[in-house]
Amino acid sequence: MSLQVVTANRLEDGLVVFLTSDGNWSENINDARIADGKEAADALLAEASAPELDIVIVGPYLIDVEQQGADIVPTKYREVLRTKGPSVREDLGYQAV
Amino acid sequence: MYRYDDFDRQLVHERTEQFREQVKRRLAGDITEEQFRPLRLMNGVYLQLHAYMLRVAVPYGTLRADQLRQLGMIARVYDKGYGHFTTRQNIQYNWPKLDEIPDALLDLAKVEMHAIQTSGNCIRNTTTDQYAGAAADEIEDPRPYCELIRQWSTFHPEFTYLPRKFKIAVTGSPNDRAAVKVHDIGLRMHQNDAGETGFEVMVGGGLGRTPFVGKTIREFIGKNDLFSYLEAILRVYNRFGRRDNKYKARIKILVHEEGIDKIRELVEEEWAQIKDGSLRVDDAEIAHYIEQFAPPAFETLSDDDADFERHKSENRRFANWVRSNVIEHKQPGYAIANVSLKPIGGIPGDATDTQMELVADLSEKYSFGDVRVTHEQNLVLPHVKKADLFAVWSELDKADLGTANLGYVTDIISCPGLDYCALATARSIPLSQRISERFGDLDRQHDIGELKIKISGCINACGHHHVGHIGILGLDKRGKEFYQITLGGDASQDASIGKIAGAGFSEAEVVDAIESLVTKYIDIRESGERFIDTYRRVGMDPFKEVLYGDR
Repeated sequence: MSLQVVTANRLEDGLVVFLTSDGNWSENINDARIADGKEAADALLAEASAPELDIVIVGPYLIDVEQQGADIVPTKYREVLRTKGPSVREDLGYQAV
Repeated sequence: MYRYDDFDRQLVHERTEQFREQVKRRLAGDITEEQFRPLRLMNGVYLQLHAYMLRVAVPYGTLRADQLRQLGMIARVYDKGYGHFTTRQNIQYNWPKLDEIPDALLDLAKVEMHAIQTSGNCIRNTTTDQYAGAAADEIEDPRPYCELIRQWSTFHPEFTYLPRKFKIAVTGSPNDRAAVKVHDIGLRMHQNDAGETGFEVMVGGGLGRTPFVGKTIREFIGKNDLFSYLEAILRVYNRFGRRDNKYKARIKILVHEEGIDKIRELVEEEWAQIKDGSLRVDDAEIAHYIEQFAPPAFETLSDDDADFERHKSENRRFANWVRSNVIEHKQPGYAIANVSLKPIGGIPGDATDTQMELVADLSEKYSFGDVRVTHEQNLVLPHVKKADLFAVWSELDKADLGTANLGYVTDIISCPGLDYCALATARSIPLSQRISERFGDLDRQHDIGELKIKISGCINACGHHHVGHIGILGLDKRGKEFYQITLGGDASQDASIGKIAGAGFSEAEVVDAIESLVTKYIDIRESGERFIDTYRRVGMDPFKEVLYGDR
């Protein structure tokens, strides 16, 4: 089955965030709620696209992920970079913390 | 240098306050993202991969010391201590917070800077020769005309919603350092048979997914008529440019589809109606702007300086820097000093807050407070006494700004690519770093000579790969980065669009592929030939052979 999570950028600072189980937005992809299959993914995206979230986040979308042990890892490199930060500046972004 | 008048000052302050209100309303939920997006883009604010990005205009690439110092301060206070100089002679900040951007814009306004015309479908910031007013080979300083273009184009009510963005570049020298032939309009200053100075007007050049070299629409337009003529071109474009398809909306497509003769006819027809109107700029007004860019108070010096020669003979690293980075100045005893933002293995175009402040200080001390940004992502101190070059280099060198590689294989143009950009399909910076490291040895760079490598991380071609002697385009192939190589591009007065060599290379293969091209060139070049000259003589086949063999 294909696993997906919803990501977006936070309105106030533009940082990458993920939709969590309790309906909040986390900077850590491991907090993300995983949708298994198309129906669950559609529901997840619909929740993230609620009009009232327009003042919290910008541009929510689904990304494909894999469960690697305890970690949730995006399958596309672009999204891996978003969970970490620029590969050329390892002192910046989430990877620096 | 041009100083704001009261009108400019008021305009920029009003704009900043407007944007502050817009941000406030967005954060309060009074306007949606859909409504806000075009407003933020009109103020240079993009949303990128990791955060917002603020693009600040450096009109025609000219900065005063206090302005560059302020850019350094903004990097420190509103960003993470650095900025990225771009192929548009602008600077981008990668991490500003939305609610702090109005304050950053206010701090920019304090030094007569802004983010206007750095985004949106308007006439963008005009670019020009980074050596304007200093180059030994220029006919006239192009910046007075750039400033007049800025005043004509800023918030032009008719041209705020063009079919697509519109870029104008100007060169005052026959040796084009501003890539004018790959802009929507390119202006090349020259003299007509009557000895008058004016411009050749080229239109429909551009890079992106459909690259073209601009076509001459008019051999000569006099200075007084330039602005009405530009207006006529923009009117024709605004009326006939395609709005049905974003990818076919640039003027290059219109010129390509209709033909330059048809476009010329339409422009001439339009121009005939407006040429004697208010856009005709008289000699007195032009003289006023030329005065604003009057040369600084150069001293009368001998062109030879004994200390300068002595330092060169005593210090090989300094001599190497002079060899590549110092360019002849029109004033005897002075030189143009290029500050490389391409340290070996570094990130092309990035500068830290303290580096910006240092260059600002050096410009104040040694270059009449004048700094330039180049479209090749370097900085320039345009007016340095030869006698001061050693002191300047010594300071630069301590700050990792003294790399002697201008125009060499390691002086690579690279867009931010997938490390930062939301549009990118592959990374560009790590590749530029690996190529830089591979060819970092200076003797080897001297042997290779001028070689322009330009890397874009997607088809939009911000890294100018189409006009690289060797161009590299990063693409996504089933979730993996791979790189397509083009050969034979050229951004100069001999502009040409590079041709795709063949199938792309994986990230692991591509640096070896570049090296094999360079080795082949060294193997077959004739005396005095640059890479591009050899390519033009022998064509694609010998290079294709080393890349693909029997493949």
